[in-house]
Amino acid sequence: MEWITQPWPWYVAGPLIGLTVPALLILGNKTFGISSSLRHMCAACVPAGIPFFTYNWKKEIWNLLFVLGVLIGGFIATNFLANPETIVVSEATQADLTALGITDFTSLLPSDIFSWENLLTGKGLLFFVVGGFLVGFGARYAGGCTSGHAIMGISSLQWPSLLATTFFMIGGFFMTHVLLEPLMKLVGF
Amino acid sequence: MKVAENKANVDSPIKKPYEEKGLQLVKYLIIGIMFGIIFTKGEIISWFRIQEMFRLHSFYMYGVIGSAIVVGVISVQVIKRFGIKSVHGEKINIPDKEFRKGQIIGGFIFGLGWALTGACPGPLFAQIGSGFTVVLVTLLSALAGTWVYGKFANKLPN
Repeated sequence: MEWITQPWPWYVAGPLIGLTVPALLILGNKTFGISSSLRHMCAACVPAGIPFFTYNWKKEIWNLLFVLGVLIGGFIATNFLANPETIVVSEATQADLTALGITDFTSLLPSDIFSWENLLTGKGLLFFVVGGFLVGFGARYAGGCTSGHAIMGISSLQWPSLLATTFFMIGGFFMTHVLLEPLMKLVGF
Repeated sequence: MKVAENKANVDSPIKKPYEEKGLQLVKYLIIGIMFGIIFTKGEIISWFRIQEMFRLHSFYMYGVIGSAIVVGVISVQVIKRFGIKSVHGEKINIPDKEFRKGQIIGGFIFGLGWALTGACPGPLFAQIGSGFTVVLVTLLSALAGTWVYGKFANKLPN
């Protein structure tokens, strides 16, 4: 049973994620997509008469249960199946990130960024507030995120999804190689 | 194949989609839990894995996304070729995605956020469950971003 606490290799995690596509299709005729849950939450809580949020979100409760499950899954994996070792980050990435001011390479997320103390600082503004906003705004504008476009969309051979995924990657490369360093300097790293 | 699919939908407009209620919905919670475990055990929720991906320092995330797509493509083809139906006996329906400028502009914006937060929407939920509770703020901000998109959707190039 030792494999279960070890980090799972890509050839285990990837195909299992891929199997979510037929599982949802066969078990309920549902197409896999996660960022839609954010739209349903807006529709349920603050529709504000906006046409984009005026629909019967109750029909989409399955999607909200699904993301609640993802949250619970994260809890179970961390509390009962956790890897006792520290995460292995490639040396080249460690070197790059050390140069940017990251010092903690012990857990899945660096505490240099992801801690409550950073919330009301420039770091929190950049990584939580701005970062989260871009994810939510961009995903909806693109009509889906990594799950809906990169996995579900490409799996059903839809070229607009391939296009969206290409631009997800371009945006990520641009942030990582062009914007991240000046932005991190700006917020005090 | 897509044309035939659309036609089939038009041919049977009377058949209302089966609506699942109550306990029938629990299966989605369970699939979600399994998914959250895979995300976390696969370390896909790690900010470092996303950085490695965008720095081309590790094959890992490319392997994950690539193999997920391969399994997805095969599954969808099998479902279509063999006309596999859902457990409720319905024809499986995959809506077509139409080209919009948002896939380019919104996609790019999403990518910027993905590299910053180290998470797409799925991992955000798993990060919170994993005890990185400050990511709740990221989630709230993602909700705000979704809302602002909805508010101005008709004013944006699309």
